[in-house]
Amino acid sequence: TPCPAESTTTSPAPTPSLTPPPSCPLQDIRNTVGNIPMEWYQDFPHIGYNLDGKKIYKPIRNKDELDMFLEKMENPDYWRTVQDKMTGADIKLTDEQVDLVHRLQRGQFGDVHFDPYEPAIDFFTHEVMIHPVTNRPADKRSFIPSLIEKEKVSKLVHAIKMGWIKPRKPKDDTPTYYDLWAHEDPNSILGRHKMHVPAPKMKLPGHEESYNPPPEYLLSEEEKLAWEQQEPAERKLNFIPQQHGCLRAVPAYPRFIHERFERCLDLYLCPRQRKMRVNVDPEDLIPKLPKPRDLQPFPTTQALIYRGHTSLVRCLSVSPSGQWLVSGSDDCTVRFWEVSTARCMKTLEVGGVVKSVAWNPNPTICLVAICVEQSVLLVNPCLGDKLLYGATDQLLESYVAPEEERVQPVRWVTATAEEHGKGIRLVIQHSKAVKQVTWHGKGDYLASVVSDNSNMQVLIHQSSKRWSQNPFRKSKGLVQRVLFHPVRPYFFVATQRYVRVYNLLKQELTKKLMTNCKWVSSMAVHPGGDNIICGSYDSKLAWFDLDLSTRPYQLLRHHKKALRGVAFHKHYPLFASASDDGTVIVCHGMVYNDLLQNPLLVPVKVLKGHVTTLDLGVLDVIFHPTQPWVFSSGADGTVRLYT
Amino acid sequence: AIPRRLCILKGIYPHEPKHKKKVNKGSTAPRTFYLLKDIKFLLHEPIVNKFREYKVFVRKLRKAYGKSEWTTVDRLKDNKPTYKLDHIVKERYPTFVDALRDLDDALSMCFLFSTFPRTGKCHVQTIQLCRRLAVEFLNYVITSRSLRKVFLSIKGIYYQAEVLGQPVTWITPYTFAHDHPTDVDYRVMATFTEFYTTLLGFVNFRLYQSLNLVYPPKIDGQADVELKPAEGKEYAMDSESYLEKLSALSASLARVVAPTHEDEVEMDEFPVEGGTAEQMDERKKEQEALEKHKKLFEGLRFFLNREVPREPLAFIIRCFGGQVSWDKSLCIGATYDVSDPSITHHIIDRPRVEQQVIGRYYLQPQWVFDSVNAKLCLPVADYFPGVLLPPHLSPFVTEQEGDYVPPEKLKLLAMQRGENPGDTASEEEEEEEEEEEGDNDKEEEEEEEDESEKEEEMKLKKMEEQKAQSSKALPVKVTAGKLRLEDKQRLEQEQQSEEKRLAIMMMKKREKYLYKKIMFGKKRKVREANKLAAKRKAHDTAIKEEKKKSKKARQA
Repeated sequence: TPCPAESTTTSPAPTPSLTPPPSCPLQDIRNTVGNIPMEWYQDFPHIGYNLDGKKIYKPIRNKDELDMFLEKMENPDYWRTVQDKMTGADIKLTDEQVDLVHRLQRGQFGDVHFDPYEPAIDFFTHEVMIHPVTNRPADKRSFIPSLIEKEKVSKLVHAIKMGWIKPRKPKDDTPTYYDLWAHEDPNSILGRHKMHVPAPKMKLPGHEESYNPPPEYLLSEEEKLAWEQQEPAERKLNFIPQQHGCLRAVPAYPRFIHERFERCLDLYLCPRQRKMRVNVDPEDLIPKLPKPRDLQPFPTTQALIYRGHTSLVRCLSVSPSGQWLVSGSDDCTVRFWEVSTARCMKTLEVGGVVKSVAWNPNPTICLVAICVEQSVLLVNPCLGDKLLYGATDQLLESYVAPEEERVQPVRWVTATAEEHGKGIRLVIQHSKAVKQVTWHGKGDYLASVVSDNSNMQVLIHQSSKRWSQNPFRKSKGLVQRVLFHPVRPYFFVATQRYVRVYNLLKQELTKKLMTNCKWVSSMAVHPGGDNIICGSYDSKLAWFDLDLSTRPYQLLRHHKKALRGVAFHKHYPLFASASDDGTVIVCHGMVYNDLLQNPLLVPVKVLKGHVTTLDLGVLDVIFHPTQPWVFSSGADGTVRLYT
Repeated sequence: AIPRRLCILKGIYPHEPKHKKKVNKGSTAPRTFYLLKDIKFLLHEPIVNKFREYKVFVRKLRKAYGKSEWTTVDRLKDNKPTYKLDHIVKERYPTFVDALRDLDDALSMCFLFSTFPRTGKCHVQTIQLCRRLAVEFLNYVITSRSLRKVFLSIKGIYYQAEVLGQPVTWITPYTFAHDHPTDVDYRVMATFTEFYTTLLGFVNFRLYQSLNLVYPPKIDGQADVELKPAEGKEYAMDSESYLEKLSALSASLARVVAPTHEDEVEMDEFPVEGGTAEQMDERKKEQEALEKHKKLFEGLRFFLNREVPREPLAFIIRCFGGQVSWDKSLCIGATYDVSDPSITHHIIDRPRVEQQVIGRYYLQPQWVFDSVNAKLCLPVADYFPGVLLPPHLSPFVTEQEGDYVPPEKLKLLAMQRGENPGDTASEEEEEEEEEEEGDNDKEEEEEEEDESEKEEEMKLKKMEEQKAQSSKALPVKVTAGKLRLEDKQRLEQEQQSEEKRLAIMMMKKREKYLYKKIMFGKKRKVREANKLAAKRKAHDTAIKEEKKKSKKARQA
């Protein structure tokens, strides 16, 4: 075993100081410096002082490594040679000293003769003796309770009293899980359980989620790109389908924890709502209407096209006999057609855009009112029965001017000879452009609408007396259309959003109808007079039942674009609407005499044929007075007849 | 944090108000609304006080630590406030069936937590508890044989069991270390898990009770002996090895009452009111099919190679009555060795097998899953190691009319109906053969062309003669008649469609909107189905062409 004595250079064991050095009897070189750190003498040539006060010089050490090695090899006592730090001399340890070192190293007592295992004598036993061990009297403090302890105890007592310290809880040995639903109490199902909206379950995976899906479920390159560009919330699948050849190639799904977490968030943060899933057959939603076949007759096919106009045909009118048709166009002409042959009987140059034409509804009078710019022309077309139009001329010529000139809002001018040759009989000159003209059912009165903002918008003229009047004192808005009631003395005025019904006899407003439309474009009255339809530019058609309410009985949104014209048939329960989308929709509108039964409205036919030009489709529509035929005039310069 | 925990534990969720503007003071800004009643309901919850106590406890403990008062720390720890969620479970699920209905999320969460590492993120006890409950549930499913569907998805493995008539679906992740995301609040998940473990524990207890099993589960006596390590040296601590043995899923569980195997209870036939004989028959048939499905792997002995995921496969096979074992060094609980001659199926997931033992099938794991979903043992040929596997289809999809059905599913359905699955395959082959023949025919035709031309000329002449002879039997007339017929049909169709269009015009605004929405949905469905079909067709033709090319290359 290695022992510290082996190394001579390192500091040796404290052996020399333990025993007086018997190894050096010859020369007493005891150092007198005392127990000091010997490093203090490191830089000096001496190492201390002897008893005589002389310096003890450090022994000369000139051995190099090789010498030391040789000595280590050759000297048999090398291992027991140590250097005395105090004197610097080499000391060879004796056998006893080596033995002592060994014993100390083993943890034994230094003294060879010491016996650590002597039998112990108990001086203090557990038995109580009659005599005390010491005769010292007991301290006073052993009879007085300790103040510190008292303080501590009182603190604890106070804490217990106050409930700050609680006794250790008894161990709870009831099982954690037991039969919780042993007694299912039907009373415990409370209202809140019935009101509870259970969270929808997670969607079950489809084929595309398989690790080895059918090839059609894999995304192509473009689809993948599209998937990546989508917002995560927008994606239909929240993963990209992948195909793995075998199960061992399937990696972990990186968003697994995310998905669970999102589910948790959904469960406690997502607002829930009970939504009734509509489980209806879409066919059931379609209303059950009488079949159009059962509602015949109505126009179904395009029969004739009246060609001749070169520009938009704005207005149409049919003679009360149903034999003639008049149309006014933007090419400044009015054409008279024979209905049955589509032959243009007559063309009248009027020198202005024709805004409106109206054939006198009285079958005994052959007269057409035409709006051209600022005037209304009353034209005798000289068609048909010669007696008839001759009588009309006579009627007009029989006018005798009254004695005193009355102040009129317009000027009545008799046509010049040239105009007379064309057929124009009278000219009613307005101060502003005229928009519309319409006849009263008897054929004597006619109303005209002037595009103006004042109270002069609507004028009523009497053709036999050549006498005009302004019925309104105040303007109620931009007048779009006016109409006479077919039988009763009522007068309908359509402004942008309302239709007002005036009683002409009492000279008062009887009703104001709300159309629920933005801008009324056209209006027609049922021959019975109790129902009105209004077409509007926001592609709605409002049907009013005047007996029912001032709001529309029904608002039909059949057209896709603005409505331009609406019309009722005189005898058949039909009405038609013309729109900018190039269609005419014919509807069956049955009005019952029984007041309790609401009108029945059924669309029966969509008539197409007109070509939309300049974003305008069909501009006017009118029914034949006797036959279930409908005329329509379009922006493509044609008039069409559907039968 | 307390309100959040309370909401989670008590199952309080926000409601979407019926009139958002009315509730939100006229604004439509997105805000969440709780019912006032719900919040008042939370106020009365006794657990709120427990939470407060716990908060105080934590504060005191921190203080004591700060002051280094160790006696106080000990005393506080002795009196650590605890709380129980039993009453909340009972309150939320007044009946057992309610609890079963809500088990999906609980199971998925427990299975996820049981795969978490034992360090960080959440308490070790929670993870251990989750693992224990999950294993207990798996053992229940095995014993009751209630597993119905399994699905290998790219996200994990889906299982669907039918527990007391309720379908319970859960997903387990593949066994890999989790890359814990940083944007997930684990405290929320831990709160959910706290509730779910309580719920699952009670459900497990009840389920075990319903099967007369001992809870907490004990491994059956004789099996226990078998499972003891043969060398006699301790494998692990008793408590640990117990769970591991249980999670080996290879032993049956101890019952309270000794099971009486032989009396298969014949279902009594109860005449159901209004149920006709046909319905009864149908029900009976269904019952029989179910019984058969439950015994799908009965009598088969499986061996799992070590690269195969052991737990899911052992679970599935045991659920359907099969016996399963694995390498002894893989996991505790192996019952027989690789060399056992009675093994019928060896599940392996390697490209090839070095040493094949005669008398057993070497199959890829997908066979087990597909067989379970198909409710019959599929032909093994498609699943040999190294073979390109047929697509794995989801059992959760039931195609309605008009949906796209992948051809594999059609084949499978045919197989389930008992038709020979070989037919379709052979037909395909025949087709291919025919095509090939067709190719050959063309060549032949070219040779014969000259002859055939002559023949055709002759035929034409004959035809003309015939026409001349029987000019009254006009074939033209016949065709004209046909045309008219078609016209009539078309006219009728047109008329009907126009009628429909007109009727649609008359619909009310709201109904029209609904109608348009429904029709749009239908059209989209059709479009998607068509897209899938087209994709499949393109894929198939591409593969066929490749095959042909390779064949030609081989021939050349």
